Amino acid sequence: MERLFLNLGEGIQQWLASLGLGATAVSLIMVAIKVAAILGFVLLNVLYLVYLERKISAYIQQRLGPNRVGPRGLLQTTMDVIKLISKEDIIPQAADRKVFRLAAIVVFIPAVMLYAVIPFGKDMIAIDLNIGVFYFIAVSSTTTIAFLMAGWGSNNKYSLLGGMRTVAQMVSYEIPLVFSILGVIMLTGSLKMSDIIAAQKDVWFIVLQPIAFLIFFIAGTAELNRAPFDLPEGEQELIAGATTEYSGMRWAIFFLAEYSNLVAMSALAVTLFLGGPSGPWAPSWIWFVIKVYIMIYLFMWVRWTFPRIRVDHLMHTNWKFLLPLSLANILVTGIGIKIFEWFS
Amino acid sequence: MLQNYAGVGVFFLIAAIFPLILLATAWLVRPKRPSPEKLSTYECGLETQGPTWVQFKISYFLYALIFVIFDVETVFLYPWAVKFQALTLFAFVEMIIFIGILVIGLWYAWKEGALEWL
Repeated sequence: MERLFLNLGEGIQQWLASLGLGATAVSLIMVAIKVAAILGFVLLNVLYLVYLERKISAYIQQRLGPNRVGPRGLLQTTMDVIKLISKEDIIPQAADRKVFRLAAIVVFIPAVMLYAVIPFGKDMIAIDLNIGVFYFIAVSSTTTIAFLMAGWGSNNKYSLLGGMRTVAQMVSYEIPLVFSILGVIMLTGSLKMSDIIAAQKDVWFIVLQPIAFLIFFIAGTAELNRAPFDLPEGEQELIAGATTEYSGMRWAIFFLAEYSNLVAMSALAVTLFLGGPSGPWAPSWIWFVIKVYIMIYLFMWVRWTFPRIRVDHLMHTNWKFLLPLSLANILVTGIGIKIFEWFS
Repeated sequence: MLQNYAGVGVFFLIAAIFPLILLATAWLVRPKRPSPEKLSTYECGLETQGPTWVQFKISYFLYALIFVIFDVETVFLYPWAVKFQALTLFAFVEMIIFIGILVIGLWYAWKEGALEWL
């Protein structure tokens, strides 16, 4: 069970090699197959995350949630996808057509590229880059460009305001997010995902870096534009933020990217703070899914429990609270490591 | 090493092609009946007033400036953090001074009101 997917991958690799392809071609085709598998995993997850989110929000608000399509409403999101595919695609006359169309593609690229360094199980990293964490941060920050493109290209006041707010918020909260990861890097001495997991063999970094985890969680919620930091798409004031003018499949791609980012962010939290894909009795990839879903549940719980905060409070929380706290965390971690070295 | 980044390139290509496939599928089945009303800019049912692409709040620019400063700092901090345990006390003290200068910068921006949203 543990090596199920690894054996499957090796089998395909041997079959490809037996076809007489070069070593480089085989490895590139292997990556392509991995991307396809990851896309399948992500799409399946998103399909049921939307259902899960609607159900959890319903139970938190003492409603029933979707329960008509299929048993217990399980086919609701599948039907939604079919509906979205058959919806008319409207591009407003006033919009900047090129930017408007390109935004939907640009938003999806980082959402998939993030998974290149995510460890799905023991030895199950698509590409174990030596700058893994740095790559993740660099790619995830490019999501802002797509939102600005969507907001600007729509030529709609709600969209532009939403796009601006998204950029301001994501750019601001990126700094505490990046600083909170620094503590983990200092303890590990490597940016490689597999090294970070190996360093957590005895004790999870959530124990050694509780403040960093808290900062990471808050900043991560803001990066994902989820409540209580969902000002960029605050329904009551901005309709749907940057995606107001989007419809049909183009809108669905934005939605897909949003939930894909949620899974990726949870997976990063699991890798950095919750010991990665490892645990007793069950295969590592099952533990990965369990831990990721615990993180996702936390994000959803927070979203449906806290009210949206005001825009000035949003910026103050970041610059006047999270940023100094994350800097202090780096200092305390550094001093702690030096003292520990002194005594041992 | 180079092969790793070729793999990243494969990720990029498939990530760029996949939404195109989705959109092409939708293009095959969706209806296409545009009308002037449908294509007008949405503004809660009213006619749009004035241009959209106007000057925006100066606060956005100030936040962007502070962001650039701190983002460059993180680029310097990452190599330091990776090699932290191998470095001597000297490097540690030096980094504290570096962070200290930036904290003074943050304090100055704070004092001047660049962090206020008004």
